[in-house]
Amino acid sequence: MPTYFTKDHEWIAVEGSTATVGITDYAQAQLGDVVFVEVPPAGTQVEKGKEAAVVESVKAASDVYAPVSGEVIEGNGALEADPALVNTSPEGEGWFFKLTLSNEGELAGLMDDAAYKAFVDGL
Amino acid sequence: MTINPSGWRPEQGVANDTGRAPTFTGNRALMLEEPLIFEIGSTTTTGVDFGEAPSGANRLGGLDRTAPIGCYGLSEPETVRHFTRLSRQNYAIDLGLFPLGSCTMKHNPRINEKIARLPGFADVHPLQPQETVQGAYAVIQNLAVWLIKLTGMYGVAMSPKAGAHGELCGLLAIRAALEARGDVRQVVLVPESAHGTNPATAAFCGYAVETIPATGEGRVDFEALKARLRPDVAAVMITNPNTCGLFERDLKAISDAVHAVGAYVYCDGANFNAIVGKVRPGDLGIDAMHINLHKTFSTPHGGGGPGAGPVVLSEALAPFGPLPFVGLHADGRYELVEEETAGEDHPHAFGRMAAFHGQMGMFTRALSYILSHGADGLARVAEDAVLNANYVLRSLEGVLEAPFAASGPCMHEALFTDNGLGGGITTLDIAKGLIDEGYHPMTVYFPLVVHGAMLIEPTETESKASLDQFIGALKAVAERAQAGDQSLKAAPIYAPRRRLDETAAARKPVLSWKDLPEAAE
Repeated sequence: MPTYFTKDHEWIAVEGSTATVGITDYAQAQLGDVVFVEVPPAGTQVEKGKEAAVVESVKAASDVYAPVSGEVIEGNGALEADPALVNTSPEGEGWFFKLTLSNEGELAGLMDDAAYKAFVDGL
Repeated sequence: MTINPSGWRPEQGVANDTGRAPTFTGNRALMLEEPLIFEIGSTTTTGVDFGEAPSGANRLGGLDRTAPIGCYGLSEPETVRHFTRLSRQNYAIDLGLFPLGSCTMKHNPRINEKIARLPGFADVHPLQPQETVQGAYAVIQNLAVWLIKLTGMYGVAMSPKAGAHGELCGLLAIRAALEARGDVRQVVLVPESAHGTNPATAAFCGYAVETIPATGEGRVDFEALKARLRPDVAAVMITNPNTCGLFERDLKAISDAVHAVGAYVYCDGANFNAIVGKVRPGDLGIDAMHINLHKTFSTPHGGGGPGAGPVVLSEALAPFGPLPFVGLHADGRYELVEEETAGEDHPHAFGRMAAFHGQMGMFTRALSYILSHGADGLARVAEDAVLNANYVLRSLEGVLEAPFAASGPCMHEALFTDNGLGGGITTLDIAKGLIDEGYHPMTVYFPLVVHGAMLIEPTETESKASLDQFIGALKAVAERAQAGDQSLKAAPIYAPRRRLDETAAARKPVLSWKDLPEAAE
């Protein structure tokens, strides 16, 4: 299951024509304690690079952008009751939403694990 | 990387443990505890003695109240003590330097208060006959003329009630102007270095917001902006000076490029105090800009009084500005121009921003401030605001990292980051440490363009002695932070309340209230 990363610190794990999206461990550490997450409901059309979700921490409210375009099939309802999952398990239980990809070609512009690591080290 | 520890943690011990024996009252000498009003008041107590209301027909149209309001009341002496005690727990500009960046917490001159309390200004009502408020209208008109002249603009809408309300007014005028030429556009561009209210305003007006990055020196990336300028762009919203405390030196060229694609330039004028009397935004090609009277022109804010956010408009946008406004007839008579009287002279007004004329009490104070300073005095305000901020910036060299120090002098506010702090100490810990030193903390974690931002605006009203004391306090705290002094994690230790658990407060808020006796039954 290949995982890609964006410069805005989202990750996307792809499985066939569907994918799971969340924010990286680096992003959650920068945000601090997450207190609120708003995920898109199923059926939402998201567009690559446009706002798809909102994450609010004690320090700031930030938009989460869709790494690729597609239709949301599920938002992570667990985050409503327990937004801390984003801090404790950003790349696991703290996922934001799942979607079906409308254009798999968009994945080509994203970073792989090694490239993202190098990108973060350079920040 | 560790999670930023924001807030008190259980391992820090009991939040309000001072290590001293508790008192019977909970008070600590003259630091008085004060309960909430529903804990001490009752619905049957009042400090006001109304006469019996006359019976008979009312004009409430069947909307009479059917249940008790149930406000908790206190007697007059209890009321005075309740609010005086609460006010003693507050920090205010009248108590000390208030370094909040971008908030311009400066002294509110008492001459303003004296003028605003004159009965002819203080006791007017917006619905009284116009011939009885000619003096008040003259104040509004005179202030309007000053604002137009100071900004080099064409017109001004006086009625917006605050900065963000002014932004809304400006964008509504832009939208009206676009629609009047049959040109519907979808996008508003907002640079990273703009105020946080800007994207909110654009979104509220129905525009899609796109962010323009900042350059390494903290200014708008003009090349990135130019690349995005297409005919779908309605406006660009720029804060000048920006939230990095820097003057947007490309602003004129930016305006020209924005106008070339038929879009408008909105300028967030919250930081106008840095350039008042020095730079006229109209000369930079600005189409609309709000002015926070409660910042630049020293009227109270932050709980001390309502805001006021007049919006100056370019010749292109002025016809679309809101109603009502005060007009001056050739015979010297002032008249309020409203929907019924706008007629052919102002047919394109987009509507109203407020029911009435605007914040009259702020107009009198702002005009008092302007007239007591004069044009030369206002220029001096900008000079001293910039001088004080640069004094803070340079005095903390080598203690806190200033990310844009190489970009030249700052304007009215100095920006620092948390780079170089030791032992997991964060910006928040420095802010809490400043509370122990007797200061309200600076703005933290904003702007977002730098890591762990600390934004300090000392304003022009602080003396050198006051600045030196603040710098000394901040230096002391910052040096502890650099050394990784873990005791900072427990700050504040001298405040009536220790560090609050902000995370738990946001995730699981516990609201305190008491049901009304009537409602509980």
